[in-house]
Amino acid sequence: MKRRIYANLQKKIIFITLLVSFIPLISLSVIIYYQFAQVFRNKIEENIEYRARVQGNAIELFLKERTAILLAMADTYTFDYLAEKNNLERIFQIMNRRVGGFIDLGLIDSSGRHVAYVGPYNLISLNYYSQPWFNEVESKGVYISDIFMGYRRVPHFIIALQRQENNRRWILRATIDSDVFESLVRAAQVGKTGDAFVINKDGFYQTHQRFNGEILSKAHLNPTLFGEGTTVLEKEDMGGKKILYAGSWLKKNSWLLVISQDAAEEMTKLFKTKRIEIIIVASGCLMIILMTIFTTHLTIRRLETADRKMNELNAQLVHSDKLAALGKMAAGVAHEINNPLAVIAEKTGWMEDLLTEEDFQKSQHYEEYKKSLGKIEEHVERARKVIHGMLGFARRMEPHLEDVDINRVLNETTSFLDSYAKTNNIVIEKDLMPDLPIIASDRAKLQQVFLNLLTNAVDAISKDGNIYLTSRRIDSEIEVSVRDSGPGISKEYQSRVFEPFFTTKQAGKGTGLGLSVTYTIVRNMGGTIALDSEEGKGTTFTVRLPIVVPEKK
Amino acid sequence: METFRVLIVDDETDFLETIVNRLLKRKIDATGVPCGEAALALIKEKNFDVVLLDIKMPGGMDGIEILREIKKIQPSTEVILLTGHASIETSIEGMQLGAFDYLIKPVKFAELLEKLIAAFEKKNALLEKLVAAFEKNNA
Repeated sequence: MKRRIYANLQKKIIFITLLVSFIPLISLSVIIYYQFAQVFRNKIEENIEYRARVQGNAIELFLKERTAILLAMADTYTFDYLAEKNNLERIFQIMNRRVGGFIDLGLIDSSGRHVAYVGPYNLISLNYYSQPWFNEVESKGVYISDIFMGYRRVPHFIIALQRQENNRRWILRATIDSDVFESLVRAAQVGKTGDAFVINKDGFYQTHQRFNGEILSKAHLNPTLFGEGTTVLEKEDMGGKKILYAGSWLKKNSWLLVISQDAAEEMTKLFKTKRIEIIIVASGCLMIILMTIFTTHLTIRRLETADRKMNELNAQLVHSDKLAALGKMAAGVAHEINNPLAVIAEKTGWMEDLLTEEDFQKSQHYEEYKKSLGKIEEHVERARKVIHGMLGFARRMEPHLEDVDINRVLNETTSFLDSYAKTNNIVIEKDLMPDLPIIASDRAKLQQVFLNLLTNAVDAISKDGNIYLTSRRIDSEIEVSVRDSGPGISKEYQSRVFEPFFTTKQAGKGTGLGLSVTYTIVRNMGGTIALDSEEGKGTTFTVRLPIVVPEKK
Repeated sequence: METFRVLIVDDETDFLETIVNRLLKRKIDATGVPCGEAALALIKEKNFDVVLLDIKMPGGMDGIEILREIKKIQPSTEVILLTGHASIETSIEGMQLGAFDYLIKPVKFAELLEKLIAAFEKKNALLEKLVAAFEKNNA
């Protein structure tokens, strides 16, 4: 029952302590983690957006440079000049030397006929009039096409521009090396899962890309999701993986450069941080739990010990109260019994006196009478002893203080028992600490205490044995212990030895008051008396008396 | 042993009667009275060597008071106090007032006899001294 109270208290303390320490710890770590994750994510997004923007600019620049050199050539030379294959070839070489990335160069007249051509394909004299780009160039003047197959059946894109020369319109057209262009786009791609590709505004791939769809196939991304300039968005791919996309519009919003990145790959470092944080928090929690359990356990044990001491003290108080009450009752009873006892004693004596007269001596039962009277007297004497003991127990005279040398009192007391001990072969060994302080106490009462203990020891041994008598100074107390080699006191009796009228001696031998008187005297002196006994090994009574320094006279 | 006069004062008449009888049987001139007033009246009339006085008697005069009175009337009379254990302090007070000794009830008769004789001898010794001193003065 008691243990359960402590166990419950322990549980409560542990629960509250853990609650109070875990809530801030865990919420703090969660908040820090999410803040960190947010910052980290922003960083990643910024990074991918930056790459998209920079690479977008690079591509724009690439296209502008090529357009510019083509424009320069068209502005510089006439149709007739360019129609010469040698001239066109020279210009093609200059262009590739200056900026590079051209595959071929062609001159087309207003009817769409391919007048001159430099490049790996055999495209001369093909008519482009019906090609979609032809109309675009005619209407816009300068045109950069999307990727298309054209006559050569290979995906490519062209830069074309139209010139008006007197009454003649002609078109200079260059094909861009898609390898060069693609490598330019690919430069923006990073990591194992990163990708960079271009789609047109209708959502068709304009470059090869790593994981999805072929060139010119429909893209898995809807370009309308991307806003003006450069934007970042997150989408799940077919496998459910979260992919981060940054899109940058090029070529007057007709192409979209897309840089993609597996969010998980970028976040690896964050996940690593998360793992470390979890480990730290978990070990912190574990430490808190262990420390809490440990300290709580310690506190509860302390509390338990304090409570137990308190209970013991209370029990002792109750015990001494009980003794005091018993004493008072004993005193009352003793007085009531004393007077009839006195009368019985005297009447018996008187009868004995009368028996000595001649008439009675002749009586047949004279001896019987005499014996019976003797028995009555013997038992009156026994009752008298009990009552005297009771009164001695009940009497609470103010202690009479004098200077007492404990060792001297002990020596005096043992001297009373010396001859008795010798005849019964009992050795009283003394180990008295010299120079014990003189204390203010009641010599006669102390003598009674020690005499009671020593008499008990002698009675316990009865014949052949040892009594060890020691005196010690322990802090502010003097400790006297009386140890005998007698049979010891059984456990069930140990708690009762200080009760009045409790005796283990034969009927008529002890009053059962010796130890209770001793107990009362010692307690009244502010001391303690303790019993330590083991059956078959002997008994030790230990008296501790406070050192009360006598007043200077 | 020459006989001497003893007055016993005790309210327990059974006890009183028996003690008186036992002392008389031993040729001691014993008289018993149950209260202090009667004792004082008797002492005024008659000379007693020793008074055995119970100091705890319900009602009537207090033991110590009786002792004072006796010592006033006959200072040479020795008084032995009979006491219960609890009134031991009173007995000590009685000793200081000139009582010869005290006995704790219930008394062993032999002890009582011893005390009576001792008290008587003390009184005689004192008387002899007085007589000797008186004779010396007269001589």
